[in-house]
Amino acid sequence: MSANLSIKPYLRLSGLEPLVIRPETNFVNVGERTNVTGSKKFARLIRENKYEEALSVARQQVESGAQVLDVNMDDALLDGVKAMTTFLNLLQSEPDIAKIPVMIDSSKFEIIEAGLKCVQGKCIVNSISMKEGVEKFKREANICKLYGASVVVMAFDENGQADTLQRRVDICEKAYKILTEEVGYDPQDIIFDPNIFAVATGIEEHNNYAVDFIEATRIIKQKMPLAKISGGVSNISFSFRGNEPVREAMHAVFLYHTIKAGMDMGIVNAGQLIVYDEIEPQLRELCEDVIQNRREDATDRLIAFAETVKAKDKNEVKNEAWRSNSVEERLKHALINGITDYIDQDTEEARQKYPKPLDVIEGPLMNGMNVVGDLFGSGKMFLPQVVKSARVMKKSVAILTPFIEAEKEQRRLAHLAAGTQNEEGAGAARILLATVKGDVHDIGKNIVGVVLGCNGYDIIDLGVMVPADKILETAQKEKVDIIGLSGLITPSLDEMVHVAHEMKRRNMNQPLLIGGATTSRMHTAVKIAPQYENGVVHVLDASRSVTVAGSLLSKEQKPDYLANVGKEYQKLRDDFASKKTAKQYLKFEEAQKNKVTIDWNSFTPIVPQFTGTRIFDNYDLNELVDYIDWGPFFIAWELHGKFPAILQDEKVGKEATKLFEDANELLKTIIKEKWLTARGVIGFWHAAGDGKDSTFIYDDNGKELARLEHLRQQNKKAPGQPNFSLADFIKPTSSSGGTSDYMGAFAVTIHGIESHIKKFVENHDDYNKIMLQVLADRLAEAFAELLHEKVRKDFWGYAKEEHFSNEELIKESYSGIRPAPGYPACPDHTEKYKLFNLLGGEQATQITLTESLAMYPASSICGWYFGHPQSQYFGLGKIQKDQVVDYAGRKNMQVEDVERWLRPVLEYDV
Amino acid sequence: MKTIQQSLKERILIIDGAMGTMIQRHKLEEADYRGERFKDWASDLKGNNDLLVLTQPDIIKGIHKLYLEAGADIIETNTFNAQRISLADYHMEPLAYELNFEAAKIAKQAVQEFFSDPATEKGGRERAYVAGAIGPLNKTLSLSPDVNNPGYRALTFDEAVSAYYEQVKGLVDGGVDLLLIETIFDTLNAKAAIYAIKKYFADINQKEVPIMISGTITDASGRTLSGQTLEAFYTSVMHAKPLSIGLNCALGAAEMRPHIEELSQIASCFTSAYPNAGLPNAMGEYDEQPEQTAHFLEEWAREGFVNIVGGCCGTTPDHIKHIADHVRNFKPRPLPVLESAL
Repeated sequence: MSANLSIKPYLRLSGLEPLVIRPETNFVNVGERTNVTGSKKFARLIRENKYEEALSVARQQVESGAQVLDVNMDDALLDGVKAMTTFLNLLQSEPDIAKIPVMIDSSKFEIIEAGLKCVQGKCIVNSISMKEGVEKFKREANICKLYGASVVVMAFDENGQADTLQRRVDICEKAYKILTEEVGYDPQDIIFDPNIFAVATGIEEHNNYAVDFIEATRIIKQKMPLAKISGGVSNISFSFRGNEPVREAMHAVFLYHTIKAGMDMGIVNAGQLIVYDEIEPQLRELCEDVIQNRREDATDRLIAFAETVKAKDKNEVKNEAWRSNSVEERLKHALINGITDYIDQDTEEARQKYPKPLDVIEGPLMNGMNVVGDLFGSGKMFLPQVVKSARVMKKSVAILTPFIEAEKEQRRLAHLAAGTQNEEGAGAARILLATVKGDVHDIGKNIVGVVLGCNGYDIIDLGVMVPADKILETAQKEKVDIIGLSGLITPSLDEMVHVAHEMKRRNMNQPLLIGGATTSRMHTAVKIAPQYENGVVHVLDASRSVTVAGSLLSKEQKPDYLANVGKEYQKLRDDFASKKTAKQYLKFEEAQKNKVTIDWNSFTPIVPQFTGTRIFDNYDLNELVDYIDWGPFFIAWELHGKFPAILQDEKVGKEATKLFEDANELLKTIIKEKWLTARGVIGFWHAAGDGKDSTFIYDDNGKELARLEHLRQQNKKAPGQPNFSLADFIKPTSSSGGTSDYMGAFAVTIHGIESHIKKFVENHDDYNKIMLQVLADRLAEAFAELLHEKVRKDFWGYAKEEHFSNEELIKESYSGIRPAPGYPACPDHTEKYKLFNLLGGEQATQITLTESLAMYPASSICGWYFGHPQSQYFGLGKIQKDQVVDYAGRKNMQVEDVERWLRPVLEYDV
Repeated sequence: MKTIQQSLKERILIIDGAMGTMIQRHKLEEADYRGERFKDWASDLKGNNDLLVLTQPDIIKGIHKLYLEAGADIIETNTFNAQRISLADYHMEPLAYELNFEAAKIAKQAVQEFFSDPATEKGGRERAYVAGAIGPLNKTLSLSPDVNNPGYRALTFDEAVSAYYEQVKGLVDGGVDLLLIETIFDTLNAKAAIYAIKKYFADINQKEVPIMISGTITDASGRTLSGQTLEAFYTSVMHAKPLSIGLNCALGAAEMRPHIEELSQIASCFTSAYPNAGLPNAMGEYDEQPEQTAHFLEEWAREGFVNIVGGCCGTTPDHIKHIADHVRNFKPRPLPVLESAL
């Protein structure tokens, strides 16, 4: 199962529970009230040492939907280090608060570090900046990294806080570069705060602050897509202090735009977010004017409006006009706005209006929740608001449930009286429902539970975030008849696949129902159903769950029903497979037609100095040293950076320099005491292509020595882009002109390492042992590079005039290529047999091939020489079965054998 | 010779089993623990297993060799409690460095003697690794020992870091190939150990040895003792950039299965698992048989959950041998692809 596991670079945080910020996470609310600078109440409690009570502020934030808790103890009258330590230690003992990650917020780094020492989860540090220079910034970032914290970086440098668009972007880019390249931060752990400043202050320069922030957010996310954007949202409305209705409206409008631009999280009062669409239209329009800075008098007009609001009590501002609408409209309004004040009376009114209590749920309540779902999906509602909506829903359902139960009982009695079969008695079918692990969404599942419950099934609801193990164990213990899984976020899909896989492993036989916003018939058919044979059915919505459950629980209907679903899913799978293929890959014949266009008629092949092979034995190591590419040397030692800049690197420079010196020291000894010897073989032959994917190799007498088979890219290319094959670089026989083409091959190796390795091992000197191995590899690579240069300038001589530095050689600036069998352009290792035969086999090369075609000694390199100026390196990509079959035919091998060798590049499953 | 990273890509590596269980078999008495050097020590020393590297080095080396003979690729130093915070129980804080240094040397010697002895069965192994065992401390940084004062801590982060720093120094000077932070009950303790390791190698300006991290799920809740879910725990220690992440202790293989499976789905590095030999019976003894433990671990190997397996409390060389035999023919869990875009 884990063969194709891939891990996305999400920002991952943790308290007692994980918080993974995915693209679909929408917007993360960072609770702001546990901040002594922002909350008078919290400040007072901390100052009076009432920490227990202060915890209730944190709890209120969590309950209102805060996903991260911002904690700030920056107060001149407080010992910040002590206050932070005391509060965070205490907080750890409250699992319902400690479950979310903490954002440690301070302008004093010692307070931040004190906080980091108290929290086991992965925190966010808020904030560090280049305000006091790059050195301090790096030092602090390094410390944060030691604690594993993500960091908020303020757009601030020695010249002050960034207040223009350009400065915001520039500073963030600079900080990003330093953090990722010098400090070693993962980009997803970097959160930028591009400074939210107050607008509508009456100062003209401030009018564009919101626009600049929004634009900066957009640009930063474009340039650094893995980094996150955060900010203190309430700053934007600072000039309307005391006027909460206007402030909340401004926040909602501002967030609406910033989230669209890519803002990932914000410090907000989680309990006080209002919904964009629900802002009184006139106020919303005025706020839009201010936020978007779209008219000169925007500030004045908002201030004028604010005066009228200020005069009234906040509750009065809450327009009660909605109370005069129909009961359906009122329920919808209550659901969207999370208002429970009137839900009892409205539910009761609806119950009396509709024929059955269940109709209220399936009618107005569901309609309201659908609107909530849409608003959430389009970013106009946030998680805490949805949580509030669910609370309204649950309250209403709770009022209806006794009536539904009573009705059920009546039906049961009626059955008894009539002597008909009782479907709702002790023998009721059991359905287990659960939202899968990693997912917290259960509104839809609860509705399904209610609806199925109303239809006489016994529902076991395991709630949210239920591990597969628990679902299946309960299902077996409770002998349930159907298992229903729900999920709203995309990773839940994988978890559902996993549950199905586990059901098979446990030899279960219950049908599995799949539902929830992220699920689909296609995904169920393609990914989930194949894992489990005893029935997997996707259920579109709650209303359909009843018929599906009915069919699955009826002995007569079940086989036909499952057979039909099976057929339908097979068709979906076929569609899926055919679409996938048609979209991305060419038929092999078409790929062959789209080859590299080379004008062979005007090409005169260069004649090499010799044909056949030439051996270079005991080649002077001193000459190789200049050709060493030190980049891979440092990579081998897991030091990352460019050579020679790495020697001066602030972080690893010292270590790199020492390593480099040691390497050169050992290299001197190796050369002086002749520890190692270099041996190489090169060869050139007459060559001709068949116009497709084969190359023929001839000796001077025209005798065929070998037939090389190449693989061709098969993925669909952009117009004008060829489907590369190495065969394209050799002149085909069919071209007129008569002159035959040439190609070459080489193999180099470094001998003599074993006895020295043994010596180091005996001395437990791993360092020098590894050093020797790495250097031997580098020497082999240098030898290949040196020979290739001699080939180009001299032996083959097609580039007599070239003058490249070692650096340019490393960058492969030269003309012609030397691809190695088993590497990206020609991944088939088995072509190595031909290469070694041509070069004179083991005896000439002094390299042996293992059964898996690895070369021994390990420091060996081989490859082909292609000389045409248009020849270039490429990666084959994935290929399809038609090419594999053709290739196997050409190579006279079994298709299965070819597939075994080429498995990593096969586009299909074997 | 291959690096451990290379070997881990090719096959499932075996880590050794319990040290304590094997020491118990020697039925050592107070005098055996004291040896000559500590015969006049003021406090009782029986049970101070980490001290045996000084007083009974041959017993410890012998146990290491039994595990090597059983097929272990990685053996752990006998240093589970060998830092000054835990050693305070015996008033032996000043011995912390020496215990770690000696323990590492003994383990290295065991490996060297095993591989240079032509009579031993290498089973295709070219080498074995010594992992410096770094235990959880006997005090926790996230929990208060005083129920009436939940904000109280018996230990500070800085104290934990300095104790671990000293332990790491001893282990590294003694020549360990790996460092294994294990049996993590409280993630904050583990974070202190990570901090100490990173700081130590930065201070001596040397390349870090690979770090292995192994947490402990304490009960059916699926959480650590300090309350974190498995994924939260994993997220909290990822910054160590460990060679492997895994689980050990507290649970038997049967109970550990869903957790190791989950870990195999989220871990970006290699995974390890060394469960107890079942759950203890009424007598506090572990009686899961080698064949049984191996059977569980074989299934994990087949499912592709693991890269390193072995045993914890109650497991013996016989368990390790069975485990090694049972997982030999399975491919290790492939490393996940780390995507660079969302």
